[in-house]
Amino acid sequence: MSFFDTETLRFIWWALLGVLLVAFAMTDGYDLGVGALLPFVARTDNERRMVINTIGANWEGHQVWFILGGGAIFAAWPLVYAVSFSGFYLAMFVVLAALILRPVGFKYRSKRADPAWRARWDWALFVGGFVPALVFGVAVGNVLLGVPFRFDTDLRVFYVGSFFGLFSPFALLCGLLSVAMLVMHGSGWLAMKVEPGVVHRRARLSGRVAALASLVLFIAGGAWVAWGDIGYRIVGAVDHAGPSNPLRTTVEAASGAWLANYAAAPLTLLAPVAGMAGVLLALLGNIARRERLAFAGSAVAVAGIVATVGVSMFPFILPSSADANSSLTLWNASSTGHTLGIMLAVTVVFLPLILLYTAWALRVMRGRVTQHDLTVNPDLY
Amino acid sequence: MEPGLVDLSRLQFALTALYHFLFVPLTLGMSFMLVIMEAVYVMTDRPIWREVTRFWGKLFGINFVLGVATGLTMEFQFGTNWSYFSHYVGDIFGAPLAIEGLMAFFLEATMVGVMFFAWDRLSKVAHLVVTFLVALGSNLSALWILVANGWMQNPVGAEFNPDTMRMEVTDFVAVLLNPIAQAKFVHTVSAGYVVASVFVLGVSAFYLLRGRFTAVASRSMTVAAAFGLAASLSVVVLGDESGYALTDNQKMKLAAIEAAWHTEPAPAGITLFGLPDFETRTTRYAVELPWLLGLIATRSLDGQVAGMSELVLKAQERITSGVLAYDAVERLKKAPADAAARVQFEQHKRDLGYALLLKRTLEDPRRATQQQIAAAAWDTVPDVPLMFWSFRLMAFIGFAMIALFATAFVLCSLRRHTTARWFLKCAVFALPLPWIAVELGWIVAEMGRQPWAIDGVLPTFLAPSSLSRTQLWITLFGFTALYGGLAVIEVRLMLAAIRSGPHAADHDAPAPNGAPAHPLAV
Repeated sequence: MSFFDTETLRFIWWALLGVLLVAFAMTDGYDLGVGALLPFVARTDNERRMVINTIGANWEGHQVWFILGGGAIFAAWPLVYAVSFSGFYLAMFVVLAALILRPVGFKYRSKRADPAWRARWDWALFVGGFVPALVFGVAVGNVLLGVPFRFDTDLRVFYVGSFFGLFSPFALLCGLLSVAMLVMHGSGWLAMKVEPGVVHRRARLSGRVAALASLVLFIAGGAWVAWGDIGYRIVGAVDHAGPSNPLRTTVEAASGAWLANYAAAPLTLLAPVAGMAGVLLALLGNIARRERLAFAGSAVAVAGIVATVGVSMFPFILPSSADANSSLTLWNASSTGHTLGIMLAVTVVFLPLILLYTAWALRVMRGRVTQHDLTVNPDLY
Repeated sequence: MEPGLVDLSRLQFALTALYHFLFVPLTLGMSFMLVIMEAVYVMTDRPIWREVTRFWGKLFGINFVLGVATGLTMEFQFGTNWSYFSHYVGDIFGAPLAIEGLMAFFLEATMVGVMFFAWDRLSKVAHLVVTFLVALGSNLSALWILVANGWMQNPVGAEFNPDTMRMEVTDFVAVLLNPIAQAKFVHTVSAGYVVASVFVLGVSAFYLLRGRFTAVASRSMTVAAAFGLAASLSVVVLGDESGYALTDNQKMKLAAIEAAWHTEPAPAGITLFGLPDFETRTTRYAVELPWLLGLIATRSLDGQVAGMSELVLKAQERITSGVLAYDAVERLKKAPADAAARVQFEQHKRDLGYALLLKRTLEDPRRATQQQIAAAAWDTVPDVPLMFWSFRLMAFIGFAMIALFATAFVLCSLRRHTTARWFLKCAVFALPLPWIAVELGWIVAEMGRQPWAIDGVLPTFLAPSSLSRTQLWITLFGFTALYGGLAVIEVRLMLAAIRSGPHAADHDAPAPNGAPAHPLAV
């Protein structure tokens, strides 16, 4: 545990936060995308059952990346956990309500054959996919812009913004990018997992549209970050191993500061490049009917786009627009080195295991879902 | 903070936690019962046991999804509604929640999909292993949640750091091996096993009374009788164990449960019945059994069980000392290098939380008068009648469960369980009882913790997020509507699945032409 000093541990946990978010977006991201696509790529009950069963057995495990994200942020970045979820209070409620519909929708839809019953759950599954995808993107947009909060001397946080204030044009653009990206990823999954036919054709079409939209929105977002009035920077020296007290940092808003890291360390350009290259790969794979290639492309795109946000803001995690000096950074918002060390040890043991059995579970459920399966397999939804 | 906000935040936490805890105990117990049933199938290779496993697995699934869905709210509610709590203790409290995800919930959630979908894709033994991993994951999950909760009841291995204005971990092993957490874990999962056993017993009894699906019902009942007897004994014995631990760490909770207004000469008696009255600080019409409480709580004839009045005097001393710690923290905020303040803080830091109790009425605890300190000391007493009655009802149900399962076990051993109609009726009527008991258990544990969010460290009224009442009303209304709707749907699906019985388990999906596979569905 005393393997690393506090500064290194903070950096590792910043990177691990990225790993968690990328893993969530890569796995549950396609489940959300499939949910958002459900009413559109599948019209009849059999088509919808086919779509649902491509993710039916594995989405629940994937969702734990989100839950673990909550727990890990709590453990490693308690101030980030406290400020972000209380600040985005009603938005968070909307996300939770939508996500609560998802497990229920998957399980209960098949319990009755009544078409009205099933149609209602189909829309619940749509909401459970589309709404979180949108709100997550909007939240990230707001984080890039800075969130209106300040601390008092007890480090009690006060949020001074409103719910509708979250939906600024830039934040909405980020929300749409998030939806486009996850729909692209979900389309790629469907194209791999359903048998050739009408659903497959629609999934490929939505994949192409979503990939183009992702590309345009990602570039537009980048331009906005470059030329819009966005960004923060730390003024003066910072003790990277100092106590986690955000009131001891001086921060100022600075237009274009989110691009400073790319100039300082050009290798970081890999993140946005991977974002764009991944989208192009997804598009090419889609057109060339190379489904695995297209899905790998969208996975790279998702990772690149999420990483771009993290790299652009480094070392900020949650800047404050109301009081820049209250901003949360890598160096002032973490748990103690002691806790970070213990959590790292636990993660080093269990993360590989999780990856291993997730891969095994996906392998058990390998192969395309066919109309035939739906009629003979009683275990399918 | 807006007035009334604390109560609304607490109400929302209580509602969402109590609702979540309707589903979780059944998951905890059913998952292991499925392992037992499937193990019998794998060992005997008799198809009837496959049918038994799949039938209860189907009911398990209907319940499981709501446990997962409502668990989402719990994972984030500390951040959304209790942000000061999250900041104040996140360095310790966050870790068990994160480890729960890494070690337990990931396993459970990944395997549960395989369990339901891969009956024909895995060998029999491999499928049994998967079912076991679901049970292991769900029970390990409870372990970590209760390590977190146990720390709220007995915050060991941590101290306040004035530089970061929060509690920080000093001894993680102590947090892990917290005796309260361990007692709570065994007590809570055992309670979950009882819930599941009563569920299986009651539904099987219903079938036997009606003469339907008797092959499945009779076998299920034997599993429930044996598992339930062990579990119900364990709940009560290890509930006693957590009462024992209370004497060191949560004497006030025990005193409130027993309505012990004053310390009695050892060994103290246990009050079976009475009317606790906070105004006069007496219990009217008390019916006492001598010696028993002293024996249970201290495991001796001469150990004393502290009464509330004496504990309040102690709290008063700690508040006075805590004010000095508070003063030192305020000085350190202005000048972190102030050596005299640092010394004063070190001397009084373990009482800092007690000074915060004064913040209910005072902006600055340093200005408190003796009367205000005395009044704040009485705030450390939880709601006595609520504790007193919740505990008694819970314990009564606990003993009733032992009686029920002892009877079931004897009848099953004599092979008379399918014909003893009086017993079958009792088993059906017992269905709601364990749920009442587990909800009361939550009330005893968490209302008994008041006025503290973290015992002795952070008062509940300081812990919420600085939200508006309007925001709270919106989410309270939203959760109530959503949860209420889902509860109605869940119960109806559960009843429909029970009515259509085991044979429909294999015909869940509709026929290809869209006709319902089982016409009995609601």
